[in-house]
Amino acid sequence: MSGPSGGGRVGGGGPVGGGGPAVLVAGVSKVFNPGRTGQVEAVRGVDLEIERGEFISLIGPSGCGKSTLLRLVANLTDPTSGTVIVNGKTARQARLDQAYGMAFQQSGLFEWRTVTKNIELPLELRGWDRVRRQSRAAEMLKLVKLEDFADHHPWELSGGMQQRVAIARALAFDPPLLLMDEPFGALDEMTREHMQAELNRICEATGTTAVFVTHSIPEAVFLSDRVVVLSPRPGRIVTVVEVELGARNDDTRETPEFFKKITEVREALRGSA
Amino acid sequence: MAGVTQVPAVAERDPHVAAWRRRVRRVVMFVLALAVLAALWEGYKWFGQSVGDRVFGWRLPARSDNGSMPHVWDVVRRFGQPERRGTSHTIGATVAAGAWFTFRVAMAGFVVGVVVGMALAVVMQRFGVAERGLLPYVVLSQTVPLVALAPLVVGWGGNLTVFGIRWQLWMSVAVIAAYLAFFPVAIGGLRGLQAPGSEAVELMDSYAASWGQTLLKLRLPAAVPYLVPALKLAAASSVVGAVVAEISTGTKGGIGRLIIEYSREATSDPAKVYTAMIGAAALGLVVAALVGILDLVMMRHRPQVGS
Repeated sequence: MSGPSGGGRVGGGGPVGGGGPAVLVAGVSKVFNPGRTGQVEAVRGVDLEIERGEFISLIGPSGCGKSTLLRLVANLTDPTSGTVIVNGKTARQARLDQAYGMAFQQSGLFEWRTVTKNIELPLELRGWDRVRRQSRAAEMLKLVKLEDFADHHPWELSGGMQQRVAIARALAFDPPLLLMDEPFGALDEMTREHMQAELNRICEATGTTAVFVTHSIPEAVFLSDRVVVLSPRPGRIVTVVEVELGARNDDTRETPEFFKKITEVREALRGSA
Repeated sequence: MAGVTQVPAVAERDPHVAAWRRRVRRVVMFVLALAVLAALWEGYKWFGQSVGDRVFGWRLPARSDNGSMPHVWDVVRRFGQPERRGTSHTIGATVAAGAWFTFRVAMAGFVVGVVVGMALAVVMQRFGVAERGLLPYVVLSQTVPLVALAPLVVGWGGNLTVFGIRWQLWMSVAVIAAYLAFFPVAIGGLRGLQAPGSEAVELMDSYAASWGQTLLKLRLPAAVPYLVPALKLAAASSVVGAVVAEISTGTKGGIGRLIIEYSREATSDPAKVYTAMIGAAALGLVVAALVGILDLVMMRHRPQVGS
């Protein structure tokens, strides 16, 4: 499959050295409730290789199994067949080693914890001491520009701010891989574009490999080095669109290349239906 | 109340000012309600006496003479008088001591009930099989009449020695109180532990968090809003359980026993039994207030839902 794409941030190389892809998905299929009445084939025969530092979007019609594919990488569910390798380890081992951070559509912040305490959660689970946790949380708040809200509770924050906290939490222990399941799905369009620019900046700054599930074509194109287009259920890879927009800012959204890529992804989606 | 509307809008919006105003209003309402109750009592008495307890030939539901319905002031005065001729301690002191005894027994039952209820909730959440197996029995346990259960518990405890301590009668009362108290905690706790959505659980899984870590950092804190009302119910149940258990086991020293003792003297000293009943009601209020404080402490820094 494809080598390093021409995208702007492959040069970052990711925080973890060593060779090999960040994620290797080989011949993966997933059937829910096999042999029972509710049998559903969610994903069929997916092969995907994600380079370190790359930003990949998974896009496809509703219920095409893109979230399932993400959960397979995260080892939140096991494949029926095929293998998933994350940073050279099995997906299970990668999860146990906390080799990735995850963000969901609902920010999933714990309402009883302050913003700082939410970011500290994965660090607590890793047994970091208090001083180290606090200094890292402060760093992460700076990264997502929420220093002034450290002691607020999630319900005092707007939806966009909550998602920024969720991303800060996912990145708190500096994982080499960031998995996101429609994290901006519940936000309004303006906030959403702002968050995309922020996410772009954060991934540039940290060199994190990212897998991003979305059903917004402009969002996928704006963020990604490559857009993986999936077919309706059972999800198969229809095509992979290489996006070569270089460094991105708000002006990127109005360039002809941007529109060209959007059209390319849209046509791939149509062709798959 | 006209003054309230003239307070500047800024103070009106300050949540602390508003909260204190609510509290003051609640106390005022409580005192008012007591006054209304006393007025209704005396009004009924006055009406009953003036029509001879008959209206258009129909008997009134309760007789209004001083033997059946003593005056409010007689009951209040009775608190300050000696319990019976020749004794120096007042009824007030006796009722207070009885309420204190019942309070301690009820709280012992409450604590045991909460521990058992939470343990059951955790086991039922952890093992789905246990939920299906245990839950019907948890529900069934509450259909056994307390009066039938009390002598059994006393009988079982009869010759028991736990950690070198002889089983006391009050412990049986506490066990019965716990028997009532554990139920809402088990049910509310289970609901609360199951409250976190699949994304929250997946988040903990993605951190490779152990079952214990997930329980401690996610499920227990998420259960708090479900536990607060459960604890309120449990506290009220433990008091009711303790009072009823005192009566049906014949335990001395508590408010339940006083109610029985004093009601036997109702014909000669009608005000007396009301002192014990007021004592029991006051005990219930104190427990409710304590749980209210627990509510405030546990629910601080939580989003305020509703009013």
